[in-house]
Amino acid sequence: MSVMAERRAGAKQRRAGMSLRPAATLTLLCLLAALAGTALVALTVGAAGIPLARLPAALGLWADGAANPLLARDQLVVWSIRIPRIAAAAMVGGLLAVSGAIMQGLFRNPLADPALVGVSSGGAFAAAAAIVFTDSHLGESLRFLQHQLLPIAAFAGSLVTTIVLYGIASRGGRTAIAIFLLAGLAIAAIANAGIGLLVFVADDRQLRDITFWMLGSLSGATWAKLSALAPVLAAALIACLSIARGLDVLVLGEAEAFHSGVDVERLKRISIVLVSAMTGVAVSVCGVVGFVGIVVPHLLRLVIGPAHRLLLPASALLGAILLVGADTVARTIVAPAEMPIGILTAAIGAPFFLAMLLRQRGLVSL
Amino acid sequence: MTTLLEAQSVSMTVGGAKLVDAVSLQVDAGEMVAIVGPNGAGKSTLLRMLSGDLRPSRGAIRLRQRDLHAWGPRELAQHRAMLSQHINVTFPFTVEEIVSMGAGESPRAVTRALVAAALDEVGLSHFRSRQLPTLSGGEQQRAHFARVLVQLACGEALHGPGLLLLDEPTSSLDLRHQIDLVETARRRAQRGTAVIAILHDLNLAMRFADRILLLHRGRLAVDGDRAAAMQADTLRKIFEIDVTIQYTGAGVPFLLPQTMRPASQAT
Repeated sequence: MSVMAERRAGAKQRRAGMSLRPAATLTLLCLLAALAGTALVALTVGAAGIPLARLPAALGLWADGAANPLLARDQLVVWSIRIPRIAAAAMVGGLLAVSGAIMQGLFRNPLADPALVGVSSGGAFAAAAAIVFTDSHLGESLRFLQHQLLPIAAFAGSLVTTIVLYGIASRGGRTAIAIFLLAGLAIAAIANAGIGLLVFVADDRQLRDITFWMLGSLSGATWAKLSALAPVLAAALIACLSIARGLDVLVLGEAEAFHSGVDVERLKRISIVLVSAMTGVAVSVCGVVGFVGIVVPHLLRLVIGPAHRLLLPASALLGAILLVGADTVARTIVAPAEMPIGILTAAIGAPFFLAMLLRQRGLVSL
Repeated sequence: MTTLLEAQSVSMTVGGAKLVDAVSLQVDAGEMVAIVGPNGAGKSTLLRMLSGDLRPSRGAIRLRQRDLHAWGPRELAQHRAMLSQHINVTFPFTVEEIVSMGAGESPRAVTRALVAAALDEVGLSHFRSRQLPTLSGGEQQRAHFARVLVQLACGEALHGPGLLLLDEPTSSLDLRHQIDLVETARRRAQRGTAVIAILHDLNLAMRFADRILLLHRGRLAVDGDRAAAMQADTLRKIFEIDVTIQYTGAGVPFLLPQTMRPASQAT
């Protein structure tokens, strides 16, 4: 069969609901290559442009013969600003996309997303509360604790929100989708009201910090923050693979998953803790960044199918690509100023979400 | 015969209502048992208790002489497989992926043949790469039946005859596939599996089951062979409908439902 004929047959099968899926290794390798490409572009553009030719020297890989008067500046920009920022964007993107994919598996609903249903807001509220509380009560002597406290507070806030949400939306092993989304909206509203209250009582310096959580930005990425992100991401990815089969089987419903031998209660507990930890840590680094968790797994399911063993690592990679790309745009589009990345992802993600809703309208009753 | 499953005076009370009331039963390996009864008789509740999904308010259930709730989910799944009603798959898994879920964590090389055989048995081999949500309700039901067959086969390979529970497995199926499914279950019973199926079609139940459990308002009204269950008076009382019982050439009883009122008043 010629290539064209094969391709036609493929398209025909796809229309008939058949699935032609690329091999797992190939998918991951392609995504990895794309991530490397995106990161390379992100390294070269920005307020201080570093052409590709100067990049190896700036990275310290090799020195080109001609002395570069900007070498010191390039090195500073690359090592102290861009690399931590790109790495943070990649890790946060990975965390957000994977936590979205897990949440969708847990709720058996492609519209679930930690930012959309208030889990991120819960984390941001707890983080904001930590900022205000530590400032006014811990005093100067314990101010240094703030950096350690923020991720923990954000995680705790996300965890409480997720548990409350699950308790409200899930009854007798079934999750009512309408109740779930509405409860998420209500929880997000409560968390946002709490943030509003904190904004009201905050002083100027606290206000600047809180605004940062609400809009989302990666400008504060430092090597120190990366060292908190990396272990969580690594641990979460390993834990994800252990629940991948359980999440697959959970698509049949909780009762049927139990009949198939899945310890459903344990699976739910692990998933909730993972989603909360990943969202909480992401929020503690860059504030609330929405829609990555919805867009990435959805696009991937269309191409590689819904099996979580591949979907979860692929989501981590595509989420990383998306956020590195979005952050690069955010810091160049209005240079030398910077657009908050949360605004950018919402501007792309919200119409996408609406399109998904419209597509579903005919197929599934909400 | 070895007793596989044993329920002693099992009850289920929800909010003051007794859904199942002191039901005792015993099912041997190789037996095919049909649970029949009107809507709301407690059939699904009873089956969900027998599967370990619901914990009875009272009474005990033992699988292979061991309390059902002492089993871990994974271990239990190797000894009993259950097909529920109304399974709604939201993500685009293919038929083959869904059927493979029955194999649990068994290595793929071992289960591939089992999956292919089960797909063949339910007549869905040609749909293996189709996304399940694009199939009709009956085809989806057959795919889930194939998944449960794979689970049963994997468990039986390890531990010998298992328990197969089916909750209205024929509800979305056309006539031919109803017979196919029940015959498939029957073949499993002949190989030693204990099969318990909720069936709404009394004729299907009479024809294929070794034993009939007739539930009425949560209580076990009849536990016996088809002669015991096929009593026109009992059926009239329980189903609140007039019935006529006739016999095929081979002596199998079949039931013709009439109108609710006696014929003289029905104009």
